[in-house]
Amino acid sequence: MEYKPTIGLEIHVQLSTKTKIFCRCSTEFGAEPNTNVCPVCLGLPGVLPVLNEKVVEYATKLGLALNMKINETSTFYRKNYFYPDLPKGYQITQYSIPIASEGFLKIRTERGERKIRIIRGHIEEDSGKSIHTGDITESEFSYIDFNRSGVPLMEIVTYPDIETPEEAYEFLVLLRKTVRYLGVSSGDMEKGALRCDVNISVSKGKSLGTKVEIKNLNSFRSVRRALEYEIKRQIEVLEKGGTVIQETRHLDEKTGETKPMRTKEELNDYRYFPEPDLPPLVLTKEYIEEIKKKIPELPAEREERFVKEYGITREYAHEICASKSLADYFENAVKLSNKPKEIANYLMVNISGYMNEKGISIEEVKFKPEYFKDLLDMIDKGTISKNIAKTVIAESLNTGKKPSVIVKEKGLIQITDTDAIEKAVDEVISENPKPVSQYLNGKTQVMGFLIGQVMKKTRGKANPKIVSGILAKKLNTMKK
Amino acid sequence: MEIKNFTIEDLTRLTKNGKVSVKEIAESVIKEIEKNEDTIHAFISIDKEKILKNAEELDKKEKKGKLYGVPVAIKDNMNLADTETTAGSKILKGYISPYTATAVEKIINEGALIVGKTNMDEFAMGSSTENSAFFKTRNPVNPEYVPGGSSGGSAAAVSANEAITALGSDTGGSIREPAAFCGVVGLKPTYGRVSRYGLIAFASSLDQIGPFAKNVKDAAIMLEVISGFDWHDETSVNREDIDFTSLIGEEIKGKKIGLIREVSDFQIQKEVKSSLEKTANLLQKSGAEIVDVSIPHLKYALPAYYIIAPSEASANLARFDGVRYGLFSEGKNLRETYEKTRTEGFGTEVKRRILIGTFALSAGYYDAYYLKASKVRRLIEKDFEKAFEKADVLLTPTTSKTAFKIGEITDPLEMYMNDIFTIPVSLAGLPAISIPAGKDEKGLPIGMQLIGKWFAEKELLQIAYALEKGLK
Repeated sequence: MEYKPTIGLEIHVQLSTKTKIFCRCSTEFGAEPNTNVCPVCLGLPGVLPVLNEKVVEYATKLGLALNMKINETSTFYRKNYFYPDLPKGYQITQYSIPIASEGFLKIRTERGERKIRIIRGHIEEDSGKSIHTGDITESEFSYIDFNRSGVPLMEIVTYPDIETPEEAYEFLVLLRKTVRYLGVSSGDMEKGALRCDVNISVSKGKSLGTKVEIKNLNSFRSVRRALEYEIKRQIEVLEKGGTVIQETRHLDEKTGETKPMRTKEELNDYRYFPEPDLPPLVLTKEYIEEIKKKIPELPAEREERFVKEYGITREYAHEICASKSLADYFENAVKLSNKPKEIANYLMVNISGYMNEKGISIEEVKFKPEYFKDLLDMIDKGTISKNIAKTVIAESLNTGKKPSVIVKEKGLIQITDTDAIEKAVDEVISENPKPVSQYLNGKTQVMGFLIGQVMKKTRGKANPKIVSGILAKKLNTMKK
Repeated sequence: MEIKNFTIEDLTRLTKNGKVSVKEIAESVIKEIEKNEDTIHAFISIDKEKILKNAEELDKKEKKGKLYGVPVAIKDNMNLADTETTAGSKILKGYISPYTATAVEKIINEGALIVGKTNMDEFAMGSSTENSAFFKTRNPVNPEYVPGGSSGGSAAAVSANEAITALGSDTGGSIREPAAFCGVVGLKPTYGRVSRYGLIAFASSLDQIGPFAKNVKDAAIMLEVISGFDWHDETSVNREDIDFTSLIGEEIKGKKIGLIREVSDFQIQKEVKSSLEKTANLLQKSGAEIVDVSIPHLKYALPAYYIIAPSEASANLARFDGVRYGLFSEGKNLRETYEKTRTEGFGTEVKRRILIGTFALSAGYYDAYYLKASKVRRLIEKDFEKAFEKADVLLTPTTSKTAFKIGEITDPLEMYMNDIFTIPVSLAGLPAISIPAGKDEKGLPIGMQLIGKWFAEKELLQIAYALEKGLK
């Protein structure tokens, strides 16, 4: 019998509101330390928290998008612990009744569709950030930046439904897509807008193994690596007849190994109790319905629709829907010219390639969605060839000029004038006696070469269909 | 002029029509302070130069505002920008507020002349002001006695004419008990009536700012100034009824005054008992009807309070760790720094309550203590709800005994008993007022407490005023 891993995730999603959860300070990332602060988020004596309405809206949105039940009444609690970057000595969070509970996300994996259930989603405030001089255990003193103190978070906790590192990765990818679609979080892990802790155990039988927590994973790749390593490690321990210790570990990014946390953190009793400064959060059914209406089509649904409605491949649909703006771009282009397959192809091959090379997003791409109609119309009319189209896209990506303008300026209009083409064909025939005689002797495959020569002569501007027609006609007359 | 002869009403009439300048008032208050402060010690911080300077500035301004030129003292747990705010604790010695509490701001906006910040039991924990980290305040009626607490400095300041009116805060009786001990009027509004923004929290679900005054009408004027919704405080209530003075002077015929049956289960000083009877009779004579009501869970109020308040305090006081402001006592490592700072910074009573609260919230004890106490609190609320079906206001003594001598009570439990009649009211979040009702054999003031329905301060003050008139 094989070992089966059981994995659960705890994800902190930073909600991208302009101001903090309990005061009006900016949440801007990367500001000069301790500049986005006020008496409230510094926890000065006498201050009180005032809940930011936008945080409630964003959390409700995300809860609904994760198929969760929004609780009409939820409550705030104080989670007590001492740490220098926690200015009040407690964190305001939700405990017994969170804003959202019981949901799921369906992910696509090698084993097909998998439903990962979600236990809860609750809102809370972030702490400040400690910056240690060197290693935490040896640091002589530390700095604290309170800019992050009071930044809104929604913590999403999954059931231990995940069975492979790949599934954990896919879940996170879909979650990130979802928050970005909703516009409730940047989802940037490197900026701390998405933080993930994992719980992992392995066992052979039905009963679960001992759970190990891995904290502070700072990329999706790290999550996968940490889980892969940890599964291997736990199996090895068990195989050798040992027991897995319940502990908190972290991933050493250099070696890819997980190691026990080195902090002398004692077992904390957080002494949760209801936050007396905040009345229960009460949401009406109407409010929840209003928010529901504001939720856009989510990535999984959209992907499905793209496959069905536009007939593009699953791979393309998946890639295009990975980003809402990319999918919006695609649909805008399709709406105008109604050639989804061609657009998907140009988008994923030519434009995507350019974006990767330059490291830019679709919003920064100069080739506008409406350019597709302009471009595809020219192909249809035979004004340019598909080959030339690629050149035009490349040019437009650099200059932002409309394809028809580029074609005109660069003289890329396809030569449909048969006289000009005939002249070129004649020249090619006289310049290439050997291939011509080969053709005449039945080696018809040299036709491609001869067409290429004509195209070269016309600098790609000749209509290939007309070229091959004229060439065939002329060669056939020579046969007789 | 002699400041002691004036109420808010008299004084503002003179200041507004220019008969008396604010500077004259300031000089007169300073005279009283110079006369009394060496004995009374009502203030933690007071700056005579500043009082005069502020008075001069007020004189230059338009003569308007409900408190124009009125000297007001402020309990030192309320923030006033650019001044020291200590909450009576060593841990905040030298702490300068970067902002002003809403209630204080409202007073300033009405033209008040801030006199200074008054002494208090450290973090409002106490009933005698003996727990101040700095010095003890004495009762102006008899300096051998405590002024009560925790707002003892504010009560003493008004009683000694060092201010016309003052702000205090009441968590379990901290306005009403010192008012009773010092022979002044003290009002604790309904929870949510006054913004707590800028008040250094002791127990957030109970704390409420309220006024000390020389009479009921002044207290009503002060409430009109400080009450109202504040977006900074989500527990402050948005209500239209902000008039507390218009019923003052109206007769109270037909009003039902409830006497709580269970009050007599407690030991009450005989003069206090007879004052209660006398008060009830007076109200009856004014046409009110005396009814018998029951608060069956009254005796559980004190134990419930001493779980809930310390629990909240244990979290509220966690921020005083020396990291960002206040006393900092460096140890070998972080933990030791916390320990040293808090050991040196907090007094015995504060430590005791932090420990009680921390214990009550601990895993395994939460249900037995905090949760149980919260349930008791609900039951007490329900008891009051029922009592108010029969009565318009309830009448009890404010305290079972008059003031005690400084140093007389050393047992904390005995000290806690001072608040047996005020604490149930706080747990229910009700408004209540203490008004002077005679003196005992030693000449110490007796206070009577009138408890109103939730947000029924207008009616409460109407009845209190009638009673005050009758007692004179």
